[in-house]
Amino acid sequence: MSPLGPDDDPDRLYTVTGGRSRAAGSRFDLVTLIVAECEPAPGMQSEHVRILELARRPTAVVELSAALRLPVSVVRILLTDLLDTGRITARHPRTAARAELPEPDLLKEVLDALQRL
Amino acid sequence: MHSNVSDGAAGATLEEDVRAPLHQSADNGLKIVIVGGFGVGKTTMVRSVSEIRPLNTEETMTQAGVGVDDPAGVEAKSTTTVAFDFGRITINDRNVLYLFGAPGQERFWFLWDRLFAGTLGAVVLVDTRRLHDSWYAIDRLEAHGMPFIVAHNDFGGEQHTLEQIRDALDLSPHVPLVSCDARDRESSKQVLISLVRHLYALAAQ
Repeated sequence: MSPLGPDDDPDRLYTVTGGRSRAAGSRFDLVTLIVAECEPAPGMQSEHVRILELARRPTAVVELSAALRLPVSVVRILLTDLLDTGRITARHPRTAARAELPEPDLLKEVLDALQRL
Repeated sequence: MHSNVSDGAAGATLEEDVRAPLHQSADNGLKIVIVGGFGVGKTTMVRSVSEIRPLNTEETMTQAGVGVDDPAGVEAKSTTTVAFDFGRITINDRNVLYLFGAPGQERFWFLWDRLFAGTLGAVVLVDTRRLHDSWYAIDRLEAHGMPFIVAHNDFGGEQHTLEQIRDALDLSPHVPLVSCDARDRESSKQVLISLVRHLYALAAQ
């Protein structure tokens, strides 16, 4: 797959975000799981519609970014809109903000799952 | 550079891949980053173990968005773009592990904190033909305090012992170094297991 090209179509990014470039979206980690809390409504921005469709099951921010073919920072802005209006909820990673090592119990679960692969 | 995993999803569209759904109860995303130079096999390794075909996306950021706050500098803003691949492994009903294949070049480290804060650990994938590509990555991971292991992707060319590679990388003795074949699912899985065992040992200290 060819890399996404925001430089190819800056107009699209500008339109999608309403010209906003400084995301308040740092609330969203790459692996924050997004869950739709409603169905898309008529008249909604098409990117919002796509997110609500994709997030009927928990879907990571980075997967939304790949599916929408939009940079992560742009998706974060779109998610901020949806979160602020209660259309999605966000399940944040429990280890994201912490600098220390993860809990041994969690690592054990990861190790067990890898060994089952 | 094809993986030898059974490729049931070969004909799947991006849409179908993305929709390989997580558990409704999934609530905790985990990250492991595979760092390495161009062509070293990062995407191959992700593909070997991922439950979805690797996807690709990118992060772009203007200079002003990464901490340099200069209101006068509108014309001077420069854009940083980093593309990366990812795949995923479901751990259990609640936890899902994302594997990111990321380039080790300088602009990538500029975005590390924004993209990869909270990462469990990293694998530095090295190619003995271009070991110098890894020096910078190893240096940055140490600077970020990020636990990591080094995996030598053995392309079957000139033979090097792990001892020789460790010397060439000037790798400290406490950093695990393993050999692998990134095309092979079992081998790639063992690399991840080595990393998690290393993390476990560190966490238990």
